Amino acid sequence: MSADRGLNELTAHELSELLGAREVSAQEVLAAVCQRVDEVEDEIHAYVLQTRDVAEAQAKDIDERRARGEDLPPLAGVPLALKDIYCTKSIETTCCSKILKGFVPPYDADVIERCRRNGLVFVGKTNMDEFAMGSSTENSAFGVTRNPWDLDRVPGGSSGGSAASVAGSEAVVGMGTDTGGSIRQPASFCGVVGLKPTYGRVSRYGVIAFASSLDQVGPITKDVRDCALMMNVLAGHDPRDSTSIDAPRPDYTKALGLDLKGLRIGLVKEFMEYQGRGIDAEVAAAIGAALERFCELGAECDEVSLPHLDYSIPVYYIIAPAEASSNLARYDGVQYGHRTPDDDGDIIEMYSRTRDEGFGAEVKRRIMLGTYALSAGYYDAYYLKASQVRTLIRQDFDRAFERFDVLVGATSPTVAFRLGEKTDDPLAMYLSDVCTIPVNMGGLPGMSIPCGFSADGLPIGLQLVGKALGEETLLRSAHAFEQSTDYHRRQARPISAGDGRRSAVARG
Amino acid sequence: MRLTPEEVEHVALLARLRLTDEERERLTTQLNSILEHFEQLQQIDTSGVPPMSHAVPMSNVLREDEPAPSLSPEEALRNAPDEARDCFRVPRVIE
Repeated sequence: MSADRGLNELTAHELSELLGAREVSAQEVLAAVCQRVDEVEDEIHAYVLQTRDVAEAQAKDIDERRARGEDLPPLAGVPLALKDIYCTKSIETTCCSKILKGFVPPYDADVIERCRRNGLVFVGKTNMDEFAMGSSTENSAFGVTRNPWDLDRVPGGSSGGSAASVAGSEAVVGMGTDTGGSIRQPASFCGVVGLKPTYGRVSRYGVIAFASSLDQVGPITKDVRDCALMMNVLAGHDPRDSTSIDAPRPDYTKALGLDLKGLRIGLVKEFMEYQGRGIDAEVAAAIGAALERFCELGAECDEVSLPHLDYSIPVYYIIAPAEASSNLARYDGVQYGHRTPDDDGDIIEMYSRTRDEGFGAEVKRRIMLGTYALSAGYYDAYYLKASQVRTLIRQDFDRAFERFDVLVGATSPTVAFRLGEKTDDPLAMYLSDVCTIPVNMGGLPGMSIPCGFSADGLPIGLQLVGKALGEETLLRSAHAFEQSTDYHRRQARPISAGDGRRSAVARG
Repeated sequence: MRLTPEEVEHVALLARLRLTDEERERLTTQLNSILEHFEQLQQIDTSGVPPMSHAVPMSNVLREDEPAPSLSPEEALRNAPDEARDCFRVPRVIE
């Protein structure tokens, strides 16, 4: 463990060893994280709510239990950043929407219960696109988050705050949700590791719904071992989520350290071009180099085409808004959240004004799109058609997995784009999810790991996709790749003064 | 298919959204450009293809109907914008 790194810059597995050996205390680790937050949060704005009192009590409890000789779980005492989408008992949860401002959940999400049981320390709730609808975190009702690698650029989205907090060492591990790429794309933009598990692997109980057939919770971490450790915390059956898969949870760390001999890896043509238009050249070069690295590591590599992936964007932007328009009908000013002060004594007027005042532009756009796609006369042309093409996309994946164990390609067609670059053009923003969306359509596990940097020093992400419940194969592949590179060791170091608001890349 | 501002207004009513004139104009333009992009789906032959609503092949997950503790009225109402006598209060819905 290098002495020149602060405690907040270590990985969770490094901290786990130090904490277990009682070389450092959870309170010391938390103090280092909080100091970092105080230094850089004005610049990055990863958090919408810091829960320092909660964190201090949790860290103190861990230290006391360890002092009493209790045998604690591996991540006990590790500071965690939570996307503001999980219900956290007695801690405000807004989904970064004005309509939920002030909402204090009376219960914990399943994943929050699991984190508490495992002794993770809650640093705060992180910024996100409102109701997870967006690819840049610019749709938050509570301000933008800046990318720690370049403060003029977005961190990606919708889990941009969690990715920025981990990349900026304002937390040691983070959690996001992924409906069309919202874990993997920000992980890619921020140079960290993100995993969207198989649909049903992690409970959605208490996670504020966007598109229920696609939403999935997953970790955002500094390296692959931390990702495996977090999966050990998050995965497992939950009877309160009827789509939760009742399968035993493996020890995901057992997948690490294995070689790749004989592993069949397919480079997906449609992850490298969309409807004939190639992705960014620097990204393509980094993915090509990654594939060569996999070959050197003993994998058998080839290319494969999944033709229906070219239709993923329209399919997703029909299905997800359709589900969202239904899910978001609950925000009506009756049971919780914002209610207009100005209802004229009429309930329809109350609903409409409440929702007009509470929802931001992108959320309204998607509710409109979804309501239209489901409305009388258009259902067959849009929703039914999209659901059929979704079947074709899944069948393309099934066929590819007869030949391959893992599919790879770019996580995003570009590196992090500039703040404001796409905010006026919804379709351009939607197209930035082109490589990640198909994986949600199929309900498959997908992962993004750092695989290089652009000439400007911005991180590039490699996406790996596995069979249903194939997380171990993803972690095995990702770990072997990571251990043969040093991309995950580079740290973004935001600095505040001068320098064109740019960050410096320190050590490699 | 081209959406007119009148249709957008109708969809807004279905969705219980109140749009300003400016929002309605902007949404009409934006939704049309998005829907135009979606037209390409019509090129795909999906005859005989079953629709997929879910990635996990499971249905009708049942459990025993056993009483269990739930939120107290106080906890359930704590976030209510308006309440009275252990109920959520809303504008009058019945004349």
